[in-house]
Amino acid sequence: MERSEIKFWNGSIAVAEGALAAGCRFFAGYPITPASDIAEYMALRLPQEGGVFIQMEDEIASIAALIGASWGGAKAMTSTSGPGFSLMQENVGLAAITETPLVIAEVQRAGPSTGMPTLVGQGDVMQTRWGSHGDYETIVISPSSPQESFDLIIRAFNLAELYRVPVIFLTDECVAHMYERVVVPPKEEIEAVERLKPNVPPEEYMPFKPINDIAPMATAGMGYKVHVTGLTHNEKGYPMTTSPEVQEWMVRHICDKIRRNEYKMRDIEEYRMEDAEIAVVAFGIVGRSAKAAVKMARRHRIKAGLIRLKTIWPFPESYFESLADDIKKFIVAEINYGQVKLEVERSVHGKASVELLPKFGGAVHQPSEIYEKIKEVKNGN
Amino acid sequence: MKVEIRFAGYGGQGIILMGNIAAKAAVLYDKKNAVYTPSYGPEARGGAASSNVIIANEEIDYPYVTSIDILVAMSQLGYENNAPLLKEDGLLIIDSDLVRLKNGAGKIAKIQATRLAEQLGKRIVANIVMLGFFAAVTKVVSYEAMKKAVLETVPAKYKELNEKALEIGYKEGERWQE
Repeated sequence: MERSEIKFWNGSIAVAEGALAAGCRFFAGYPITPASDIAEYMALRLPQEGGVFIQMEDEIASIAALIGASWGGAKAMTSTSGPGFSLMQENVGLAAITETPLVIAEVQRAGPSTGMPTLVGQGDVMQTRWGSHGDYETIVISPSSPQESFDLIIRAFNLAELYRVPVIFLTDECVAHMYERVVVPPKEEIEAVERLKPNVPPEEYMPFKPINDIAPMATAGMGYKVHVTGLTHNEKGYPMTTSPEVQEWMVRHICDKIRRNEYKMRDIEEYRMEDAEIAVVAFGIVGRSAKAAVKMARRHRIKAGLIRLKTIWPFPESYFESLADDIKKFIVAEINYGQVKLEVERSVHGKASVELLPKFGGAVHQPSEIYEKIKEVKNGN
Repeated sequence: MKVEIRFAGYGGQGIILMGNIAAKAAVLYDKKNAVYTPSYGPEARGGAASSNVIIANEEIDYPYVTSIDILVAMSQLGYENNAPLLKEDGLLIIDSDLVRLKNGAGKIAKIQATRLAEQLGKRIVANIVMLGFFAAVTKVVSYEAMKKAVLETVPAKYKELNEKALEIGYKEGERWQE
């Protein structure tokens, strides 16, 4: 702590500096409000760190460049917002099927379509999970402050490397623009995970054959021959486009490596949950309103608690399922018309009631609104 | 202790920067908790601008201003839009050349910040004059912290000018308190 530096950063600067601390040395992107701040900052900082910044012709090319850079051995990131993320979806699938580590910082604004460019939304939760076609899994992480923007983007890079998967860093306009204290630990105390590399002779190497869930990843220049394709492929990486067996093996692999390890990626802030009867579930900027609301409720002797999701996908199903043995009332507060709410509902298997407290974009729940909902739910029995 | 502050004026006056500097001073040099949220929209120069700062000893959960303890108004519109949100015992600080009060009630501190900046030869530092005044009158941010934050923020060749602007504002504030 003594050697830590205290910074006054907004969420965008914190994402960029955190990415650099994690070892990101490649950024390709296309400007969009409110995510351009990250790109602008990376354009300044990456050359200073010996990295590469490219402004691409569009979003699909941006993520294509990330896939190439990642196979070239670099830790790579882009930043975008909902409309731009929509345009990236085809290559999110390509990154998933080719098991390519990369990070997409998605600064949510209100949608659908171009919606409200300068104002907050949280409507992209499902898109981060289901945006591309076919079966695949992603990891999605959500910060509530500039400090978490720094800490968790490092985690995002580490998980991308560890699981060979695209990771979406799902922040929002509010967290990206607010300034707060950020404590930056000394470099040597920051854990930056590097991807597993092969150590077998080139003729024995199979780029998609997992060892304990993950296949070592050779990158350009290491001397391995690698075939990377968006087609269904076997352990060698060769297309096998007429084999249902290979398709099953491959889809199970790219999904199960995430599903099986959900508990390792689980990251939840619990506040006053020890004796809670009503749980407020929130993420991102709304997590802060929800915490204030829980404090209000506690002052009025209502046993409310907060569950703040820092990892949204893979969704902590078993966490909610076992929690629902004790807690019978959940409120999900989110700036959309019901997305995380559906997952909570699915996970509790009918053992508890789950109520949505939506905002539709352009505004954040005030603590008093969440507190009123807590009272309503409490009195509803 | 928790103080909710709004700086309001029009785009081009450096309203956004005021919030940034005040909160930066609190966090980096007074070692308090603070959060600063600029208004963010498609407007550029001339439109309404505001920036919000919450300074507290405790953890700040909800980062937005709901009722204002200190309103710093540098335009008529900034005053009129935000005065209704000012707490009954809140403090209103105005540039008295730019704001005509509609209601004289409550605690009010006045300074001709823009005029004083013009006398320095640069109208653009009116916001820094105001920050000096703000520090002296409210004591929410110490003068030393504010000075460090100003000097860290402004371009090197304007350090002297800004330091002088801050000092002038601060002295006005001390005088106002007597």
